[in-house]
Amino acid sequence: MASTPEPHGFFLDRFGLTDGELDHVLGEALARRGDHADLYFEFTTSESLQLEESLIKKATRNVSQGVGVRVVSRDRTGYAYSDEVTLDRLRLAAATARTIAADSVTHAPVAVAGPMSAHDLYRLPKSPIEADLSAKTALLDAIDIEARRYDPRIRNVLATISSEQKLVFLMTSEGVVVSDTQPLIRMHVTAIAEDGHVRQQGSFGGGGRTSFEFLRQVDPRSGRPRFAYWTQEAARQAVVNLDAVEAPAGPQTVVLGPGWPGILLHEAVGHGLEGDFNRKGISAFTGRLNQRVASELCTIVDDGTIPSRRGSLNFDDEGTPTSRTVLIEKGILRGYLQDRMNARLLGMPLTGNGRRESFAHIPMPRMTNTFMLAGDDAPEDVLRSVERGIYSAYFGGGQVDITSGKFVFSAAEAYLVEQGRITRPVKGATLIGSGPEVLKHVSRVGSDLRLDEGIGTCGKDGQLVPVGVGLPTLRIDGITVGGTRT
Amino acid sequence: MLAIESDRLEVGVRLGNTEKLKRSRERRLAVRLFVGGSSAIVSSADLTRRSLEALVDDCRDLARATTTDPFGGLADLSEQQPWPMDLDLFDPAAGTITAQEAIALAETAERAALDQDPRLTNSEGAEVSVSDRRLAYATTRGFQRAYRSSSFALTVVPVAASDGTLQRDYWYTAARSRTRLEDPRSVGTKAAMRAVRRLGARSVATCEVPVVFDSETAASLVGHLGNAASGSSVYRGTSFLRDRLGSRIAPREIRVVDDPLRLAGLGARPFDAEGLTCRRNAIVQEGILQSFLLDSYSARKLGMASTASAVRALAEPPGAGISNLYLEAGTASPEEVIGSVRHGFYVTELIGSGINPVTGDYSRGAAGMWIEDGVLTFPVEEVTIAGNLNAIFASIEAVANDLEFRSAVSAPTLKIAKMTVAGRS
Repeated sequence: MASTPEPHGFFLDRFGLTDGELDHVLGEALARRGDHADLYFEFTTSESLQLEESLIKKATRNVSQGVGVRVVSRDRTGYAYSDEVTLDRLRLAAATARTIAADSVTHAPVAVAGPMSAHDLYRLPKSPIEADLSAKTALLDAIDIEARRYDPRIRNVLATISSEQKLVFLMTSEGVVVSDTQPLIRMHVTAIAEDGHVRQQGSFGGGGRTSFEFLRQVDPRSGRPRFAYWTQEAARQAVVNLDAVEAPAGPQTVVLGPGWPGILLHEAVGHGLEGDFNRKGISAFTGRLNQRVASELCTIVDDGTIPSRRGSLNFDDEGTPTSRTVLIEKGILRGYLQDRMNARLLGMPLTGNGRRESFAHIPMPRMTNTFMLAGDDAPEDVLRSVERGIYSAYFGGGQVDITSGKFVFSAAEAYLVEQGRITRPVKGATLIGSGPEVLKHVSRVGSDLRLDEGIGTCGKDGQLVPVGVGLPTLRIDGITVGGTRT
Repeated sequence: MLAIESDRLEVGVRLGNTEKLKRSRERRLAVRLFVGGSSAIVSSADLTRRSLEALVDDCRDLARATTTDPFGGLADLSEQQPWPMDLDLFDPAAGTITAQEAIALAETAERAALDQDPRLTNSEGAEVSVSDRRLAYATTRGFQRAYRSSSFALTVVPVAASDGTLQRDYWYTAARSRTRLEDPRSVGTKAAMRAVRRLGARSVATCEVPVVFDSETAASLVGHLGNAASGSSVYRGTSFLRDRLGSRIAPREIRVVDDPLRLAGLGARPFDAEGLTCRRNAIVQEGILQSFLLDSYSARKLGMASTASAVRALAEPPGAGISNLYLEAGTASPEEVIGSVRHGFYVTELIGSGINPVTGDYSRGAAGMWIEDGVLTFPVEEVTIAGNLNAIFASIEAVANDLEFRSAVSAPTLKIAKMTVAGRS
């Protein structure tokens, strides 16, 4: 593949279009007095290689291209997209998208203040999709060896390396013209361990908007190449879980380890603070701005500007530069995550969180990298403070009911804590709580903030986008643990 | 070679206002190439000749990067079943329905919901989606077939408020043809009833009790069974059913069937993702695990024959999966099943993904109604239900008669003898 092209010229060239023609399409889209119109061009190449039973069994490469035309009028959105990109298709799409604005009333656009600085968070000499296939398959083989070497009880290893490069080019009726090249790489390992009749699995992985080399570079914390550390973690989890006993059922004091357990924040508060739910008045956090929703130890931010992170973007998918938004400051609710339409309707500032899965999707407010700032406690002290409870180091997925505020997240690696010490591993269990309540019970926050390794994908209304989370070691005094031991 | 072309219309109405209108056209093609014993897949939306030729070159390079696998290869089509009769998968209305008609359906459903009760003060909206999809599949062994299918769906999500707390719930109807959609008013009414019934929900004390799953949540249990019966997870050793073929996994009256040929079924298809003519497969008969669902790869790995259950996403290699999966109805009414419970939990919603496919360990967030002396009493939320899927299926105590084919996976109301319900005390 040729070196990375500049997206704006690439799209005009590829589809034989001119800036003038695109301006004209935008004009047609707004012909019936909508508030805003945009054209979103996308060209994405993705590749996935998978190892299983020590063989490279799967290799896929996928090229996706298309254009989405959007017209927004008050709270109405008209959207049309096509993977055939021609001037005729664009004009037809514009005509379709604008029908919804037909009976809208013209009103002066509200000036929305927003972040102005642009970023350059993931420029690479070589995109991960361009890295040699042979280097990737060699790494998959190395992962297989690493996992099986960890313990003879590891019986099977499933490993995937996925690379992607997305070129986007966006033009809006306000005259914003933005283009971006977004790399993404993700490695994931599932190790299966067997001992007698007991079988268990462990999963781990990482990645980001970074090069393929990142996977082979030494991780400063573990002192090992990242792929080896992640593989070892998957194998270790599988082996630990072989001895897991039933988890307790009912309210428990829970200590969450740093990093990926930050999925708690994503489910418990993040989704509930997205602007669309609050504009509609259907979030459990609706109307709670400037009220206490967490203990004063908790400050939570969403930050799309961290270099090379999986959840980061230079611009959101509406052309707004991403930013760092304080959601909760010392326990007080301070802000929402906004896209363009909801910011305008709420009269609030843009935050750069208008994201879409692809050209086939309408943008909506989404998280980027969501985490809690570090506290003062030494992580060992947080654990030592617990007389009886659960320590959870790793999680599977989570989900939230925005309206009732009830959320869950499922532990994949957890232990009983007795007299301040970790004793036995317990089986995975789902934890359930109430978003506006759970963080009021945070009694200790560690000094060890860590961001996750870069595997998170968030689903909302059928749209999947890459995200990040982060957490310092955290103690929660009372959350319901869904085990089986009563 | 697999090609899919689709047209789609989506509309959204909220509080009587049309908030969303979306139209789309997609056309994609995937090539799966075998080079010796290796294979790869490439796919693209760029169907120009130049682009397709480059794509096939890419595919050859990719295939060379994979390992030779003696179990790989196309399906054996030599003993093909006769082509099934028309499965009634396409309704021409998918191409003629106007945005105005779709909006009217959504409006009617939402209005019916909000008119039910003064506490229904808000709404997440009502959505209608319509799609028209053409699929064609061809192989170098001479298979060449295509079919067209449509789908229509209406969902409504009202929000109820009282004492400063909010609750939402939903109801939906989905079908292959427009005329098979339920009346939008009854969809709205049902959604309203479900949302209002949740007002005042609370957690309960941790306990072990019988749990009754309504037909929607029972379908999710049947879905877990279907996933565990997939040959792809069986040969990988990641299914809790991997060693159970031929043994009892549920009471004698339990029968679970996967039927791709069910007329107008939402999971129906005439041939599978490898070109094999589909057929009905009984997975569980008289409580015995009778068959796995197999594509040709997992069948070769397990020394069995394909059950014509290959499924695939366009850009992915095939695996074994479900079509129209259901647990057959029993004779008791849902009221009788609930009536048989002294203290217990009636589950109407599950959240989270706390299922360990390898062990069958199960722990999910739940909401529903508390049962006292056989009667639904107060709404319950912020609890989990936990157990193990092996034990859950083995302890099905009652199967109701309310099986309806509302989606690709269906079940009647089910009663499980005992599960752990964890609550706030």
